[in-house]
Amino acid sequence: MQGNPSILNMAPLELGAVAAMIAIIGGGICGLGIGWRLAQSGAKVTVYDRGEAGMEATWAAAGMLAPHVEAEHGEEELLPLALESRDMWKGFARELHSETNIDVDYREEGTLVVGLDRDDVEHLEHRSAYFESLELDVEWLSGYEARKREPHLARAIGGAIYSPLDHQVDNRKVAEALKAAFLNTGGKLKEHTEVTEVVTSNGKVAAVKIAEETVAVEAVVLAAGAWSRNLAGLPEISRPPVRPLKGQMIAIQMDPENPLIENVIWGPGNGVVPSIYLAPKSDGRLIVGATVEEMGFDTGLTAGGVMELLRLAWDVLPGIYDLPLVESWAGLRPASRDDAPILGPTKTPGLVLATGHHRNGILLAPLTAQAISDYITTGEISSSIQPFLLDRFESSVAATA
Amino acid sequence: MDAKVANTDFSIAGKTFSSRFLIGTSRYPNQQVMMDAIEASGAEIVTVAVRRVSQESGGEGLYDLLGDRFHLLPNTAGCFTARDAVLTAELAREALETNWVKLEVIGDDETLFPDVEHLLRAAEELVGKGFIVLPYCNDDPITCKKLEDIGCAAVMPLAAPIGSGMGIRNPYNLRIIREQCSVPIIVDAGVGTASDAAVALELGCDGILLNTAVAGARDPVKMALAMKLGIEAGRHAFEAGRIPRRLYATASTPTDGAIEL
Repeated sequence: MQGNPSILNMAPLELGAVAAMIAIIGGGICGLGIGWRLAQSGAKVTVYDRGEAGMEATWAAAGMLAPHVEAEHGEEELLPLALESRDMWKGFARELHSETNIDVDYREEGTLVVGLDRDDVEHLEHRSAYFESLELDVEWLSGYEARKREPHLARAIGGAIYSPLDHQVDNRKVAEALKAAFLNTGGKLKEHTEVTEVVTSNGKVAAVKIAEETVAVEAVVLAAGAWSRNLAGLPEISRPPVRPLKGQMIAIQMDPENPLIENVIWGPGNGVVPSIYLAPKSDGRLIVGATVEEMGFDTGLTAGGVMELLRLAWDVLPGIYDLPLVESWAGLRPASRDDAPILGPTKTPGLVLATGHHRNGILLAPLTAQAISDYITTGEISSSIQPFLLDRFESSVAATA
Repeated sequence: MDAKVANTDFSIAGKTFSSRFLIGTSRYPNQQVMMDAIEASGAEIVTVAVRRVSQESGGEGLYDLLGDRFHLLPNTAGCFTARDAVLTAELAREALETNWVKLEVIGDDETLFPDVEHLLRAAEELVGKGFIVLPYCNDDPITCKKLEDIGCAAVMPLAAPIGSGMGIRNPYNLRIIREQCSVPIIVDAGVGTASDAAVALELGCDGILLNTAVAGARDPVKMALAMKLGIEAGRHAFEAGRIPRRLYATASTPTDGAIEL
């Protein structure tokens, strides 16, 4: 991948120049993060969001930073990126706090993956061996040991994997803090302002269209999540293969003084909810997710989806039975074809991608912000994001589909 | 491949296929792996759970990626009654413009075994409505025969429970089904690895439909290729005709003319 000649590197921007305006399309965690870093480096940057910033996938997420327990066969290439970003998170949270005085609830208790019956435990042992082969820091617990750590877990639990380094944040607070940090640093945020088209001239990005207005720009960062693919004006060669992947979720209110659990818990799933997770936030909300549904842009809740979430969560943590169900929602993961993010430059000079983060948008946000803003200001593609450029799809057997 | 040694083609409802491998689209690590695995499998028929996959995905959905290049076979996964299954098949016919359907009527959540009563009812209704029906059924010769008599274009007995990877649990039943049915027999569910697929074809089954054994393998693309080769090997062995089993050795080299020392 090194020195890839197919990518036309951008020259570093002259940040003092009047024309050096950078438009970021999408005010989610990636758009705001990149915007904040760019604003810190002195760039003129505007984030456009067709709704309110941070209110789509960023808001719908569960805030888990879990590269260990989410490691999957065949996706080993993503692991170093996820670990690098995970290592950045604590500092990122601290920086946001000192910049905005908003505490994003970075929690370090860890994550427990539990098995309920013999088949589950066998599957977990398989997972555990896989994690060990990747040299990830995980620990096998008996059912007894798991319940010692989390006494409200179901009695049926027969074994668990404890992953001490899989942490979490409150993603909604992160969005709020990033928005404040971005604005404090001089960034411009235009909400309820839809970019309807990217305008190119001689194959290069020249402007963005907003309703009747055309705004000249030096560069466009496309961070529009599940909507990234279908933006008008994108040259075909630079169109990211991203689709919406629906997830239904619910929140249950625990007593924040006396929560049922303090670790993030993962349990066995089914065909609708591949695995159930329960993420306790410090304000007592217990986030339970999520379905994985190929339903296009539909974000409706279904009785079946919510039922599966409740049933699977109750199997693991029966104590939720009497607690208030305070919220239910569905969001759209921006899923790329290989579930890994699509980052960096394209064959259209001036068009930079930061999309396709699938279920890892919160986890990968600090690294995405840093790597994309570094690229825009220096013209250099960091080695971390080299494997995640758009051109990896060119050799795909179905690229022409 | 040399025509003399290639597997013979097989037909379902008058349509001829050169691959005896039918593959599913669920539970792959991601869409890229799915496409690469389907490519490696050589399959021409690809099944899709029509209830679970929307057609509106802005150009990156399953139908966008696969629709032009494969024979998409909608299935009625998740249906528990004949009524459900018939409605789902009709929905699929509208949406995908195909009258082919893989008919699944599940009897129970834990085992995912078919509900035979509802399956027969749904099959009869769908055949009456002009569908090409490929029913997922038990490895029960009587049920298979009834499905054939109803007018199903193939029968698809399970080898073991869906997703279990337990392999061919009852080869004797499959042999009986082979002897009694003249429609294609496609083993659907339970295949865990390439040798399972080979065994099914050696028994005279015409094809294999599977999903989890590939999607859940450590390397799905490689497993798709292994299954393809297993199916081809099994079919070759069936066409070639195996030798009878015997307890004692027979020397492959005659002893005539051996030097006596």
